[in-house]
Amino acid sequence: MRFSEQFESRFAEMLTHYPTKRSVLVPTLLYAQDESGSLSDEVIKEIAGRLELTELEVRNVISYYSMLTTHPRGKYNVQVCTNIACLLRGADELFEHCEKKFGVKHKGTTADGLFSLEEVECIGACSWAPAVQVNYDFHENLTTEKLDNVLDEYRRK
Amino acid sequence: MADINITVDGRKVTAAQGTLLIEACKSVGIEVPSFCYYPNLSLQGACRMCLVKVEKMPKLQTACTTVISEGMTVTTDSDEIRQARKSMVEMLLGNHPLDCPVCDAGGECELQDMTFSYGAAESKYMEPKNHKDEQQWSPVVYFDRPRCILCYRCVRVCGEAMDVWALGVQNRGVSSIIAPNQEDHLECEECGMCIDICPVGALTSGAYRYKTRPWEMKHVGTICTHCGDGCKTTLGVRRSDTGMEIVRGDNRDKSGINGDFLCIKGRYAFDFAHHDDRITQPLIRKDGRLTPSTWEEASALIGKRFADIRDHQGGQSIGVVGSNRTTNEESYLLQKFARIVLQTNNIDHHRTADFPAFAAGVTGKPESTASMRDVFNAPAMLLIGNNPSEQHPLLAWQIRNNVRLHRARLYVINSQEIKLRRQAANFVPIPEGTEGDVASFLAGDDSAIDTAGNETSDALKPLRDKLRSEQNLVIIFGSEIRGDDISSLVKFGSNIPGSKFICLGDYANSHGAADMGLYPNLLPGYHSISDIGIFHQERGGEIPQTPGLTLPEMVESAKADKLKAFYVVGANPVGRLGLDPFSFSQGFVVVQDMFLTQTAEIADVVLPAANAYEKAGTFTNTCGDLQLLKKAGEVNGTKPDFEMIVRIADAMGFDVRKLVPFGRGTRADMGQSRGAQAGEADRHAVWLEAHGLEPKMSPFDPMAILDEIQRLVPGYDVSRMDLQAGD
Repeated sequence: MRFSEQFESRFAEMLTHYPTKRSVLVPTLLYAQDESGSLSDEVIKEIAGRLELTELEVRNVISYYSMLTTHPRGKYNVQVCTNIACLLRGADELFEHCEKKFGVKHKGTTADGLFSLEEVECIGACSWAPAVQVNYDFHENLTTEKLDNVLDEYRRK
Repeated sequence: MADINITVDGRKVTAAQGTLLIEACKSVGIEVPSFCYYPNLSLQGACRMCLVKVEKMPKLQTACTTVISEGMTVTTDSDEIRQARKSMVEMLLGNHPLDCPVCDAGGECELQDMTFSYGAAESKYMEPKNHKDEQQWSPVVYFDRPRCILCYRCVRVCGEAMDVWALGVQNRGVSSIIAPNQEDHLECEECGMCIDICPVGALTSGAYRYKTRPWEMKHVGTICTHCGDGCKTTLGVRRSDTGMEIVRGDNRDKSGINGDFLCIKGRYAFDFAHHDDRITQPLIRKDGRLTPSTWEEASALIGKRFADIRDHQGGQSIGVVGSNRTTNEESYLLQKFARIVLQTNNIDHHRTADFPAFAAGVTGKPESTASMRDVFNAPAMLLIGNNPSEQHPLLAWQIRNNVRLHRARLYVINSQEIKLRRQAANFVPIPEGTEGDVASFLAGDDSAIDTAGNETSDALKPLRDKLRSEQNLVIIFGSEIRGDDISSLVKFGSNIPGSKFICLGDYANSHGAADMGLYPNLLPGYHSISDIGIFHQERGGEIPQTPGLTLPEMVESAKADKLKAFYVVGANPVGRLGLDPFSFSQGFVVVQDMFLTQTAEIADVVLPAANAYEKAGTFTNTCGDLQLLKKAGEVNGTKPDFEMIVRIADAMGFDVRKLVPFGRGTRADMGQSRGAQAGEADRHAVWLEAHGLEPKMSPFDPMAILDEIQRLVPGYDVSRMDLQAGD
């Protein structure tokens, strides 16, 4: 199992930040997921070995956090917030729009592997509701038209 | 540490600094309910059952995570608290199937008890319950997910306390589930601790499930018969067609030296007792075949032949082999029988650790042997050889938890990468077979480890310096260290203030067998044959003065047609030593065993023996702790070895009163004379037993000979009260 040099240098540095190795688990998983797209059995085994944890323990942590996944996602992960502020400003329509547009349900991935759809809890963008997060980027004050433009842009990338 | 004063429900409570509120309450008998809190496991604060009101704190607090502080004023019972508890139980029951009538835990379930004490009779939840089928995770572990209340005790006991880490929690919130390490099954030591600690019936035992109800069994706390640690196991027994059947073993009664612990052996390994191959009738060889017979015929035959051979060929033509699994009383009786009835010192057993050398080493050094409890409290421990995680599971538990809870220092010297190195402050690998050299090195002989290589000696030197600076060190060594090496080790330890030793031997009563003198050259208490003064006072006959034959010597003697009789009690030398079964074809062979072993197959008479779960007596664990066995199971047709030995002595025409000092001049009134007072006899017997005053009216009563053992064997004169109480 090989990670990029950037990952390795980050990992080495993080180890110095905490009193115990296991504390590095969550950021390590995030960086690994960014690189590999998802946390495969191979990745889990590698990280468990490095941090002297059981694979079970690593899986437990992954299952706890919704942003960590063991299943491959599309290139762009569209996360529609449906918590209270976004809900009042039309998040449900945005989510249903996406479902129709992609032809998938919650946690589904389009056939071309480009988009995944997820309904998520509050992403902290209430002041600009309704908001959608695509990978690490935020798109705010959305309507279905605006969202179409945003998604088209990703498609063109 | 300074004491802290708090007030609980108007009562003044004083406890040490750092005490948890829940423990402080418990210390004065105030019950605070909890599921997730478990003494000596990490705190969880998950179940919210232990909510109490602490003055000046805005919300109810969890007593299990609150450390007491000076002047704290606590209320454990009020309308608000009762309501909170009621809501918690209601939530826990929200998805609980309430299938108590078919649940193994029914009747001994903490959720049932809590619902009874604190719960409401109705629930606001109208939603259908979320059912999931039961899963089998391993041969013995079954998981019933809806019953789980997510207290995480199983996860913690498996990880922290067992150091196995086979259980985890997946997902979060209401979707949390307990998960095994291999997705749909467990790969673990199968110790069953998770099942025992489960407060409900979510984790159940494959060996016991759906067999019976807890209240239909009688529960007998006795000593496990599988290794030298001497854990208490509580056997649940019920009547069966063939006697009393053992249905389960567990650790309900946490009063043993093992506290919370029990391993796979103590928990599940009782099924041998009801095995189909068990012998239940005396067998006598007739026309070349072992044929079922009666006790009378068998005893008479053995008595006649033994007496004949003794009288005509001399006691030295009889060999006796004892067992590591019979009680102290039986081993003592066997050697007494051999020496004064058979007139032979040809007695031996399957030797494990070198207990005689250890006894010689610590003679004259009081307080130099550690008990199993000491291992949990010692500030530092040195382990040389052995692999306790497999050979001595309780010892490993004590070591691990002493390191975890008391931050004790563990030093490990071993030729293998044993699991306990994970707890070790210092692990020094050494070449196999050099354990004895290491003992000499520790004692100051630097040249002893020259052959082991520079790396080893470079690692051992700083370790030795560190050990020399320790106090109250417990030194634990395996049977790799024998003879003079033991005295070197004792010499090294004697220079460390307060140090104590544990000599590790296999099998449940190896230590006892050695202490009781199952040696051709040693009497009980390791007294040499030449030192028989005090024994003559006790005995009804003379002891032959020449040392006898060891087991291998007996075999040679039999081959040379000198040994004419061979009496084997609870051992299988033919199978274990791979002997030629025809070695004994010229002699008269008597075997007492549960099964038709390779030795029993060549016997002239086989007597069906009861095992340690089926008789009373005492066992000595590898540390030297003396503990009481209680009769739990019973298989009709078998008898304890004790009774068989006495019957043979009687058949030889020997006065058994000289063998077993029973009923000496006492005429106990067992209530028979009280006529109409039916039941009085029982009550009287119960009272006597409770006070340790059994009348010893039977020649088959092992307690009658325990008096003699206590007088003669150093270290056995423990208080009968403590023995009865299991202290």
